[in-house]
Amino acid sequence: MGGMTTDLKLIDERGLRIDGRRPDELRPLRIEAGVLKRADGSAYVEWGENKVLAAVYGPRECHPRHLQNPARAIVQCNYNMASFSVSDRKRPGPDRRSQEISKIISEALEHVVFTHFFPRTSIDVYIEVLQANAGTRCAGLTAASVALADAGVPMKDMIASCAAGKVADTIVLDLRKEEDNFGQADLPLGLVPKTGEIVLLQMDGDLSVEEFNTALSMATDACYRIYEMQKEALRNKYCVSKDAMPEALEETIQEIEQERSSETNEANQDQPPEGNDPDQEGQ
Amino acid sequence: MATNPLSDIMRDHICKLISRDERADGRSREEFRPLTITTGYVSSAEGSALVSLGDTKVLVGVKCTVGEPFPDTPDKGVLTTNAELIPLASETFESGPPGEESIEIARVVDRGLREGKAVDLEKLCIKPGEEVWINFVDIHALDYDGNLFDAANIAAVAALRSTIIPASRMEKGEDFPFPMAHLPISATFAKINGHLIADPSFDEESVASARLTVVTLENGKLCAMQKGLGGSFTRAEVEKAINLSLKWGEKVRSEHFSGGD
Repeated sequence: MGGMTTDLKLIDERGLRIDGRRPDELRPLRIEAGVLKRADGSAYVEWGENKVLAAVYGPRECHPRHLQNPARAIVQCNYNMASFSVSDRKRPGPDRRSQEISKIISEALEHVVFTHFFPRTSIDVYIEVLQANAGTRCAGLTAASVALADAGVPMKDMIASCAAGKVADTIVLDLRKEEDNFGQADLPLGLVPKTGEIVLLQMDGDLSVEEFNTALSMATDACYRIYEMQKEALRNKYCVSKDAMPEALEETIQEIEQERSSETNEANQDQPPEGNDPDQEGQ
Repeated sequence: MATNPLSDIMRDHICKLISRDERADGRSREEFRPLTITTGYVSSAEGSALVSLGDTKVLVGVKCTVGEPFPDTPDKGVLTTNAELIPLASETFESGPPGEESIEIARVVDRGLREGKAVDLEKLCIKPGEEVWINFVDIHALDYDGNLFDAANIAAVAALRSTIIPASRMEKGEDFPFPMAHLPISATFAKINGHLIADPSFDEESVASARLTVVTLENGKLCAMQKGLGGSFTRAEVEKAINLSLKWGEKVRSEHFSGGD
């Protein structure tokens, strides 16, 4: 990062990026829940040119046995890139990069899963990158959260994840490959939207404290947008079609929705929620 | 690989259905599941295909680079087939280096392509003895509901057929389509309770005593076979499997691979 030079103009005269996005614009994101039959839970994420599958197995018997924790479940994430997911064929199997990503995603997910409900077990999360174009760890964590919810694993919330960074001295959201390769900084973030807790954070490159705060706010804001898409994916999978619904049930649902909308109106007045403001984090 | 702990009641159910020419998913004994093929699924690969055979899903990506030929075939390109049975696809798959099951699948797919002369390897030679195209066919199982052999074979053929050799990117002239000569298609059968069934599902595979894969070509010839598991086949059963395989091959070619080649 920062070490490479290019003739590529990463930000044009109009302040737009090489794919025409504004600095704070996400790439197109599509999330689908429950896409695999064999897994207990699964999700597919298409994020720009990234294609990522996540599957959850468990809680199940813990292998290897010595990792078993008598007090709680462990979350074992395995992030893997298909050999054809990158432009030069990647040798199959784990490398140092994918092992590190697996570790930090496992740790992030352990924070939201109610692991004490399932002592001695393992909740196995598999993230498979089928096509990569920068930001696969964020796409993987976003997909894994939806897959855990699809598997019915009890959690306090899902995790939404997105990166921000710096290219051509501008803070931008959700870097694509060229911006990652020739940019100045990358800051992937994983956030628990309900509490504002930061559960995944990495940074590489060159940022001033001020730039860091701007980037973190930008990524945080994007995580809340992604969170809505994650919930929508679950709703699409599990909502009952209105045509198939008995009238009485429909009325009950309408009542609940009305109650909920009045609640959210009240809640909106308290915005932003605590911890949502990144400026408070460093103090 | 861990085995599927199928309940006795399911085991009995599957066996009873098959003796009546019925199956748990409503098929007859000789029927294959619906097949869909999506080519060009992965843009980072030179060719790719996502194949669903019922609920079994396999993704194959092809990558091409320039390298040295093998000394005994100086004027031929290199084709390497590799299968990854990743734990995402099934609770019976474990992470780690390829196990014997994934090696068997890769080798059977490879044998079909090689012996069926699916690829005109001489057209993949750039400079005899020095430079040829090295091609990796990577098979990725995504969802395992039985019969990975046929899903992997069809995905490999479809992916190769959609491959464009990136010659201009490597400064070796103009891009050209992968030189396919033949379309070897495999059909896999399982033996359950003395009956031959086509395209076994995951549950059926765990009841089966034996497995037979037959790879055929468009000219009605056979190019590869593989018998698996501890059970046995009679000669009549093998002949029946060959007949059914020829029919399945014809159906796949006419419904999915007609036009071109």
